[in-house]
Amino acid sequence: MGKAEFKLAFRAPSTPPKSIPYKSKDGDPMQSETIFHVIKPGVLTTFQDMGRIGYQRFGVPVSGAMDRFSLQVANILVGNNRNTTCLEVTLIGPVLEARTSITIAITGANLQPKINDRLEPMWKTIRMNKGDVLTFGKHQSGVRAYIAVGGGFDVETFFGSASTDVKNGFGMQLQKSTRINAFPMDVKQGIGLGKQFIPIYEKLVEVAVVEGPHTANFTEEARELFFNSIHTVDADSNRMGYRLKSENIPLQNSSDIWSDAVPFGGIQIPGNGQPIILMADRQTTGGYPRIGTVISADLPKIAQLMPKGEVKFYPVTVEEAQKLVIEMENFLYKLDVFRKNF
Amino acid sequence: MNITMQAVGDSAVKVNFTGRVTPELNTAIQSFCHKLEQVLIDGVIEWVPAFDSVTIYYQPQKLVYKEITEKINDLFEMPAVQNERSSRTIQVPVLYGGLYAPDLERVAEYNGLNVNDVIRIHQEKEYLVYMLGFLPGFPYLGGLDKRIATPRLEEPRAKTFAGAVGIAHEQTGIYPVESPGGWNIIGKTPLELFDQDKFLFRLGDHIQFYSVEENVFAQIKEQIRNDTFKMIITEG
Repeated sequence: MGKAEFKLAFRAPSTPPKSIPYKSKDGDPMQSETIFHVIKPGVLTTFQDMGRIGYQRFGVPVSGAMDRFSLQVANILVGNNRNTTCLEVTLIGPVLEARTSITIAITGANLQPKINDRLEPMWKTIRMNKGDVLTFGKHQSGVRAYIAVGGGFDVETFFGSASTDVKNGFGMQLQKSTRINAFPMDVKQGIGLGKQFIPIYEKLVEVAVVEGPHTANFTEEARELFFNSIHTVDADSNRMGYRLKSENIPLQNSSDIWSDAVPFGGIQIPGNGQPIILMADRQTTGGYPRIGTVISADLPKIAQLMPKGEVKFYPVTVEEAQKLVIEMENFLYKLDVFRKNF
Repeated sequence: MNITMQAVGDSAVKVNFTGRVTPELNTAIQSFCHKLEQVLIDGVIEWVPAFDSVTIYYQPQKLVYKEITEKINDLFEMPAVQNERSSRTIQVPVLYGGLYAPDLERVAEYNGLNVNDVIRIHQEKEYLVYMLGFLPGFPYLGGLDKRIATPRLEEPRAKTFAGAVGIAHEQTGIYPVESPGGWNIIGKTPLELFDQDKFLFRLGDHIQFYSVEENVFAQIKEQIRNDTFKMIITEG
C-alpha cells in the first residue's frame, strides 16, 4: 500500500477550447465568421446537437436536440453531417439579422419563419443575404423548430458536445445583442424534403412503449390504467421531462428500488401517480419506478407535443420497437447519401 | 453472482446483478464494467453502472436486443481481465457547520446527538463510491453510520450550493454544481469534482472526509485556483 500525493490539474474553466476550422470541399480551411446578430433571443433558443455521449457514467446528462429527426433532416438538407449543431427554437422564435450570406434550413415545429416579413418554406434550403432578418410569426404546430446553417455553427463544446445544458453550466440560452458565428458554406437553394415525409404534429398522439424495467412495481390494474387512459401534458414540462396529468397510477413496493440509469423516453411514476416522461436534459440516473420507455421512433412526437396536448400509450415488444428505429435510421441514412450525391 | 437482463426501450439493456447491495456486489459491477471497457462490443455506445445494475446503451442498427444479450452473457462468463485498477482512498476536506451547514442541526436533532457528534461520526468511516449520477461527478457514497442517517428534506431546496456535503438516508454525497436538492447539508468542500473532461471520483473509490477550518478552506481554494493543490490519494 503506497501513499502518494497526486496533483490533479483542476483549472478554472476559463479558456474556451479553440474551434477547429472545417475543411471545405476544395480543401481550404473554412473561417469562422459572424453570421447572425441576435436582435431578439426568443423565449428559449439553444444550441443542440445529438448530445453529450460517453459521459453518463460520470453523471453528465446527454442533453441534445429534443426532436432528433428534425435536427438531422435540417442538417442533411444543408449538406452538414447529421449531428452538426443547430439552433433549437422553442415556440416563440428569435429575431436574427444575417451578417453575411448564408444558406439555412428550418425544420420541426411550424412557427411561421419569415425573412424580411415574407413567409418562407420549411424543410427546404433557403438563402439569406447580408442584412436579411429572420423572424418567426404565429405558432402553427409543434413546439421546437431547428435552424441548420450550411457549414455549421461555431459553438464552444463541453464534453464533446455543443448542446446547451443551462443547469450544469454548459453554454447558455441565446442572449440579446450577441453574435453567432459559423463556418458558412455555399449551398444550393430549394433542396427540400418530399412532402410525404414531413411529419404532421397532432394534439393527440399515440406512442408505443416498451414495458419495464420496474414491472414488479405495477399491478395489472395499474398497467391497464396507464395504457387505457389519455394523459395530458402539464404546463411545467420542459427539456428535462414532460409531466403528465393522469388518472392516479398506483404503485406497489414504491420505495423498493435502487437508482438506475434513465433513458430518453423513460416513463417514471413517482408516488403521486402522475407519470413523467424523461426527455433530453434528464439526469443520468433516477430513483422512481419506470413503467416503460417511449420507443425512439415516437420520441419526436412527444418532443413536439404542446402543453395541454394529449398522449395515449400502447405496448410493443422490443423487437417491434427496434424494427421501427432501424427503419427511421435507414431513412435518414439514405436521405443523407442521396443529398450528398445531389 | 448472477445477472438477468431487461430491455430498457429499444436502445438500452439493463443488466441486473442479483444479490444485496454490498461492497462485493459493487466489485462485481466494477469488474464487469472493466470488461466492457476492454472488449468494446461494436454498437455499444456507453454504459452506466448503478447500485445493482449496469445499463448499456447501444445502437439497434448495429446489433438487436437478442444479439446484445448474447454478447453480454459471453462477456459476463469471460474470466476477469488483468490489470484492474487498484482501489484508491481520496481525502476530502470539509468545512463543517456554520454558513455552509443549513441542516446540521436537523441531522443532530433527528438522531438525538449534538452537532459535534455528527461532525465527528461523519469523518470516522471510509465511504465507497457506489455510483456517479444525478449531477456531473456526484458520488453516491455508501457506508454511512446509522447513527447519523437522516431522511431527505420534505421540501427539496430550490438551490443547494456547489461543494455541499450532504446526507440522505444512509448515504452521503457531494454536490459538484449548484442544483435543486433534498439532501441534508452539513458542510462544504473546497474541491472541484470535475473540470473539462476529468472527474475527481470514480466507481469503487473510497472517500475519507476530514474537517478543515475556514482559513485552510480558503487556502485550498486558492491553491486549486493556482493549480498548486496537492490532493491526498492513497492507492492500495
